[in-house]
Amino acid sequence: MTSVLDPAVPTAPTCPSFGPAAELACRECGSRYPLTPQHVCVECFGPLEIRYDDDALRRVTRESIAAGPQTLWRYAGLLPLPDAVEHRVDLGAGRTRLVRADNLARELGMRRLWVKDDRANPTHSFKDRVVTIAASAALAFGFDTLACASTGNLANAVAAAGARSGLRSVVLVPRDLEPAKILASAIYGGTLIAVDGSYDDVNRLCAEIAGELPWAFVNVNVRPFYAEGSKTLGYEVAEELGWRLPHAVVVPVASGSLLTKVDKAFTELGRLGLVEPAPYRVFGAQATGCSPVATAYKAGADVVAPVRPATIARSLAIGNPADGPYALDAVRRTGGGVEDVSDEEIVDGIRLLARTEGIFAETAGGVTVATLRKLLAAGTLDPDGETVVFNTGDGLKTLDAVAGRIGPTATIAPSLAAFRAAGLG
Amino acid sequence: MSVTVRVPTILRPLTAGAAEVAVDGATLGEVISALDAQHPGTAGRVLDEGGRLRRFVNVYVGEEDVRFAAGLATPTPDGVLVSIIPAVAGG
Repeated sequence: MTSVLDPAVPTAPTCPSFGPAAELACRECGSRYPLTPQHVCVECFGPLEIRYDDDALRRVTRESIAAGPQTLWRYAGLLPLPDAVEHRVDLGAGRTRLVRADNLARELGMRRLWVKDDRANPTHSFKDRVVTIAASAALAFGFDTLACASTGNLANAVAAAGARSGLRSVVLVPRDLEPAKILASAIYGGTLIAVDGSYDDVNRLCAEIAGELPWAFVNVNVRPFYAEGSKTLGYEVAEELGWRLPHAVVVPVASGSLLTKVDKAFTELGRLGLVEPAPYRVFGAQATGCSPVATAYKAGADVVAPVRPATIARSLAIGNPADGPYALDAVRRTGGGVEDVSDEEIVDGIRLLARTEGIFAETAGGVTVATLRKLLAAGTLDPDGETVVFNTGDGLKTLDAVAGRIGPTATIAPSLAAFRAAGLG
Repeated sequence: MSVTVRVPTILRPLTAGAAEVAVDGATLGEVISALDAQHPGTAGRVLDEGGRLRRFVNVYVGEEDVRFAAGLATPTPDGVLVSIIPAVAGG
């Protein structure tokens, strides 16, 4: 174990405190670092993760959480949020609905199923959760610019957080993103850069820019803080189930970060005594057109070989998923798995969820529902257990996925005769 | 073959702060050896104990991710830019 602070990494002048967060630790070699805007281990290039002061975490109780606000800030005692209140960027994210999905369960032959529906976040995806933490860390570290590489949802969230916090926002996206995601980033007035390349190309560019400019890249140099925001999805599921864990969860996998953080949240809650520790299974969902983690899982590999994405689920189109190995660890440790579904199955999944529960998911949600159906058909997921699936974004952002497949039942003249002639009543 | 290696920020303490280093090598493996000869310790950060590229290091020869090419055996033509970049997650 070493403790190294690399003087060459751009850092801000202040050294703030972040609640229960104690330090950064490398997930690969265990090297430890102070809480700085740094995401990579100097020793081995491994990703850095927040480590907490366990005594501080143990001060959190169900009652202290219940007394908190109706946003993810109720879990502040479990998150790396700045102590200084003026640095906290409250976007109003979190506390989204956990929907009991009896109609969908019946259709799939399941007994108890819930959809954690994260459309209700301020920019209509779960990314507001992570950006709240990242923007707060950026202010605490003294940065004036909040930046990201994005497949769209994160761009929306960063641009909105910039507008709200006073940070300048710079978001970089692949040029061929869905128009709704481009417009829903540009509207906030920050800098939006469309890059002629894939998401992985954009990510590479941002990694290089982050080494040169003193900007807070939410998913690069402040990523250890940012990523912890995804834990709140796990906390909310447990709290909304009456402080207990489900038997299984199905989580969409892009970088793999969300899946690992839901797992981390469930493990933490059990360790801290906030829920009865109980076994649960974590399943990952990918689109076949970008399924490096599913491929590695099925091959029994612990190395994730990168792929070139080709899928309508562009929010999951990360061909080189940095947290892929840890997602594999989580699904194998919990007895879960990773499955992938075709673009046709994704559209069917979107339509099935909409038709049965009135929830219009973006393509990532279609991936998750279609994967649930596939896992059930294969006998991999227990239909009698309690299962939660995550819908991480809003179908209004990915209308092109269903365009041309659905539309008016009939188009008629404005007359009762035409209405009757069309056989509508 | 003379190539330019683009050095990531976290390795620059080993290259006296240099962001780019010129070295000779016909393959990526030779380039990394040559870089280590000039700036001792760099190879140990990029390669694991078995001499393979660490799993959280992305290396590009020109625009090509070497994992889509021949890994350490990827040819490095004269004048090409070799970029060493930490893996980052996204969304």
